[in-house]
Amino acid sequence: MISTKRKLIDFLTRLAIYICALFSVVLLIGIIVYVFYKGISVVNWSFLTSVTSVIKGTVGIAGNIVNTLIIIFLTMLIATPLGIGSAIYLNEYAKPGKIVTVIEFATETLSGIPSIIFGLFGMMLFGERLGLGYSLWTGALTLILMVLPLITRNTQEALKTVPVAYRNGAIGLGSGKWHMIRTILIPSAMPGIITGAILAIGRIVGESAALLFTAGSAKLLPKGIAGLLKKPTQSGGTLTIQMYLSATSEGDFTTAFGIAVVLIIIVLFINLMTKILTKRFDVSRKD
Amino acid sequence: MKRKAIIEKIANIIFGVCAIVAIFAVCAITLYMFIKGTPALKEVGVFELLFGNVWKPTAANPSYGIAYIILASIVGTGFSVLIGVPIGLLTAVFLSELAAKKLSEVVRSAVELLAAIPSVIYGLLGLMVLNPLMYQLEKSIYAGDQAHQFTGGANMLSAIIVLAIMILPTVISVSTSSLKAVSDNLRAASLALGATKEQTIFKVVIPAAKSGILTGVVLGIGRALGEAMAINMVAGGAVNIPLPFNSVRTLTTQIVSEMGYSQGLHREVLFTVGLVLYVFIMIVNFILLKARKKEVAG
Repeated sequence: MISTKRKLIDFLTRLAIYICALFSVVLLIGIIVYVFYKGISVVNWSFLTSVTSVIKGTVGIAGNIVNTLIIIFLTMLIATPLGIGSAIYLNEYAKPGKIVTVIEFATETLSGIPSIIFGLFGMMLFGERLGLGYSLWTGALTLILMVLPLITRNTQEALKTVPVAYRNGAIGLGSGKWHMIRTILIPSAMPGIITGAILAIGRIVGESAALLFTAGSAKLLPKGIAGLLKKPTQSGGTLTIQMYLSATSEGDFTTAFGIAVVLIIIVLFINLMTKILTKRFDVSRKD
Repeated sequence: MKRKAIIEKIANIIFGVCAIVAIFAVCAITLYMFIKGTPALKEVGVFELLFGNVWKPTAANPSYGIAYIILASIVGTGFSVLIGVPIGLLTAVFLSELAAKKLSEVVRSAVELLAAIPSVIYGLLGLMVLNPLMYQLEKSIYAGDQAHQFTGGANMLSAIIVLAIMILPTVISVSTSSLKAVSDNLRAASLALGATKEQTIFKVVIPAAKSGILTGVVLGIGRALGEAMAINMVAGGAVNIPLPFNSVRTLTTQIVSEMGYSQGLHREVLFTVGLVLYVFIMIVNFILLKARKKEVAG
């Protein structure tokens, strides 16, 4: 027989568990509702397509959107092949042993380093030593190191799910290793690789501490194609940086909440994308 | 045939180079942190810098003691873990032991989204929602107290709450997977012996998943130590003893708020602050490595 005291304790524990689980859901809904309530009225076409200017009397984040896109492009341009290459080496080429342990440990360590340290390092090495100053390149080079572990690990996981029979089959038919990787492994692992890349983009969009002292905070739109091509060598603040400045030194909370709405929409979208991809990935694995 | 062999060789080398980038990056970061972080230790003196509690970098007779800053980081991290881990663990219990599939899917999605929300948004909400609440609390506690310096709610307590929320997703996801890894035989045996479901969870399942849960806790500690922007927005801006209603600076916020304008020795000291943070993080990483090894060994 279960005692009354035991029943009471069990009931209270269960209650505590339900409350804690509910907390995350309520918190998330609260955050989204509050941000939209405060910021949605600011977000309109001119907010997204113009630049804040006292003379013209406009408030907008177009410059920050362009900067964010450029940083994403530059970072992913280098980080994606690097991360995929690294994962392929670890999974397909390296013989298990010291070197693999060291590389995996380094990747692990890299993913544990806080973004403010990346920011300091990027500022010292890329900004000062290599003379890139406050520029989108400095920011992108810093972020490459930050998202590298994410892409490497996701690609590794994806490669692990490709059946060994595929590899043996290809090699048995006379394919070279590189040919096998290019035509069999990478296509089979594609959903996982893309998931990793999308997660990395999400990380870049949300990053702020690593960019504050590397990419700077300029918010003007580049002028024409020539301006766009020159932009990577110039300072530029992303959405998060502008939001931070709006909420602190500029004290402009309307803009801050407007940017928060845009960021939350991006986060929701990215989350949805990875969910869809992971689902499809699971289905293909069952075949 | 020869050409194919050459291509294979080149592919091997290129992939190898990609993999080595991570090692280079870690070495370069470590090297830079030490090279830039140590000169100030020599100039100011190790003891004065690390254990001094007067931070006046721009005074005529400057003083660079970062003891309170280090302490604020430790206190902030410690208390946020104390709050965040129980909530996170109970949520993990819900996800792995109690929830129906649909419901668990909802909570899991919420947790994933919480992890993806940028830290500046947590900072903004802390600033706009939490700080005013804290200010109310502060006013009622310190009513009529002349000695207390009012912070408007931007204080240690706000920072702790924001940090506790921000480490939740990490703690939840790592704990959930380690609880799920516990063999069902253990649960069945415990239930068969007449234990209730709750007793089984707390006396059997959680102890069995201990090392995995600890890994989650350590990851949470790392996350809390390294968080910068959100804390910078809610913790106030003065170097103070980390008491609940004091405006404080942590290792990360010290760098964020002063790196922009600092010069000379002041700047070098900020690099030392970065080095201290880096050493803390490396210790956390090392513990993590040990914990993971233990987990693998069983």
